[in-house]
Amino acid sequence: MKKPIAGGTNGAVVVALPHPGTRRARGLTRFLESERLLASLLLAPTVVLLGTFIAYPFVSGVWLSLSDTSVGNVGHFVGLKNFAKAWDDSIFQQAFRNTFFYTFWATIFKLALGMWLALLLNRSFRGKRLVRASMLLPFIIPTVLSTFAWRWMFDPTFSVLNWLLFRTGFIVNKIPFLSDGVYGMWCAIVVNTWRGMPFFAITLLAGLQTINPDLHEAASLDGANGWQRFWHVTWPLLKPVTLVVVVFSIIQTFSDFQLIYVLTGGGPANATHLLATYAYQVGVATGLLGEGAAISLFMLPVLFVVVWVQLRYLRRLEGA
Amino acid sequence: MVIERPWKRWVYFYIPLTLFVIGTLFPFYWMLITAIRPDAELYRSWRAVNNAPFWTLHPTLEHFRDLFEKTTFPHWLWNTFFIAVISTGISLFCGLLAGYALARLKFPMAGALGTSIFVTYLVPPTLLFIPLADIIRNFQLGNTPWALILTYPTFLIPFCTWLLMGYFKTIPKELEECARIDGATRFGAMVRIIFPIAVPGILSAGIFAFTLSWNEFIYALVFLSSPERKTVPVGVVSEMIRGDIYFWGQLMAGALLGSIPVALVYSFFVEYYVTGLTGSVKG
Repeated sequence: MKKPIAGGTNGAVVVALPHPGTRRARGLTRFLESERLLASLLLAPTVVLLGTFIAYPFVSGVWLSLSDTSVGNVGHFVGLKNFAKAWDDSIFQQAFRNTFFYTFWATIFKLALGMWLALLLNRSFRGKRLVRASMLLPFIIPTVLSTFAWRWMFDPTFSVLNWLLFRTGFIVNKIPFLSDGVYGMWCAIVVNTWRGMPFFAITLLAGLQTINPDLHEAASLDGANGWQRFWHVTWPLLKPVTLVVVVFSIIQTFSDFQLIYVLTGGGPANATHLLATYAYQVGVATGLLGEGAAISLFMLPVLFVVVWVQLRYLRRLEGA
Repeated sequence: MVIERPWKRWVYFYIPLTLFVIGTLFPFYWMLITAIRPDAELYRSWRAVNNAPFWTLHPTLEHFRDLFEKTTFPHWLWNTFFIAVISTGISLFCGLLAGYALARLKFPMAGALGTSIFVTYLVPPTLLFIPLADIIRNFQLGNTPWALILTYPTFLIPFCTWLLMGYFKTIPKELEECARIDGATRFGAMVRIIFPIAVPGILSAGIFAFTLSWNEFIYALVFLSSPERKTVPVGVVSEMIRGDIYFWGQLMAGALLGSIPVALVYSFFVEYYVTGLTGSVKG
């Protein structure tokens, strides 16, 4: 029998070359035969890394948020003062509202457009592979870099979009894309939608491809039109994958940082901050680590609810 | 098959699809055209009469030259590449072992561990960057590539584990049992039978992890400070805007060159990437 070549794991050598005489190898082999011991060995690197750089910072973050630590100063316990201060801060309130607004609309748009695109891509046409591959580009290209392109397109003086709208006669005066808080927020939602829609489209497309075409045929024989076929056949079958994609997207959008940081920097006049960018401004740019940590922890309840929904859903799937 | 009239096919299919393609690709086209356009053409008011924004008759490589002569862009590219490769390697190693253990081995706490790895998968970096910055400082890792090489796996390992665990579950147990009857040890069967079969899954996880680390921004922004140590996204943001002035030609040239490596990797492995992407959300 032709044996596959071993992967580059260190321990492989010991096992692949048996040393019948030596005691140590036998001990090690027997050691690895125990499922418990092998499991703990295999999981050790993961647990150590995640413990050091997720669990420990999380605990440390909770401590920071309860202290008045700033860069260069060892903090003292101050209770919930940082949270109370943030709650009364008008910029924080704005950032808090923005985060919900941004997540809500961006998710709706991404879902609607992503679903539409998935339905289009689910048909057969020439050049389909190429189109599908290029549709994912916004998701692949580093967000910061593509957001710069958008920022340049929204430039107050040299905006190509203003030029286009002006030439086609839609506007007379330029649109203040990023120099107005309300417009700025909508611009960020547009860019986020542009970036995240491919993720929805491709995962929903994968879901669509598992749907048996016979079902559609049966439905259309029964006289269902396009919309009815979508609503009564496609959508119910697509619901599970949609829920999972939406959950992922909500988490990413709710905790978004880079897009706003590059597009508006939270401005004008702090009108477009999200929780993450405001936490950065307070915690890193100003150096008030305690207050910054408290602001970013405000994300936790929402993330917790979303993760809980996701876990419950997974359990139900496993149970079924 | 449902039969359609030609006009319906245009209205419901070709036109929307074309709009999607244009909308998706236009910003990249805009990056390219800005990068090769001379400054004199670049900064013309949006209302100027002779403005022809969609093409240029005087393409120039001036911005690319400036990028290489006036900034440490080549360093950034190398840093990004180095950090992405090493952190992807570490994450694949950990994810492979952990994924196998969670998919195949019976041990106490297996369920709880699986759940907690999944939960860490959903923890966004923006929740932890402030305490992490503190920890990185205490470990004396600030401003070194190791700050990123060790922290990127926090979001890559859970993903790799999750994906590979799903993959291992699709490999029939009988394969392993056969190998063990033939005298292979449990560890030997894992390394020599199961891992080679899982290569497509490993490739998917690796490609996806690579693009994620190339994309990462906030940790790199917070943990690195000297210009020549930065990664492409951070370098472009912090070193190419002097004062309040944006050098758009250079910026777009940098954005273009910073996107090409990851776009190339993606284009060679589209199918694996898509598997990784769709697998990343499936249970």
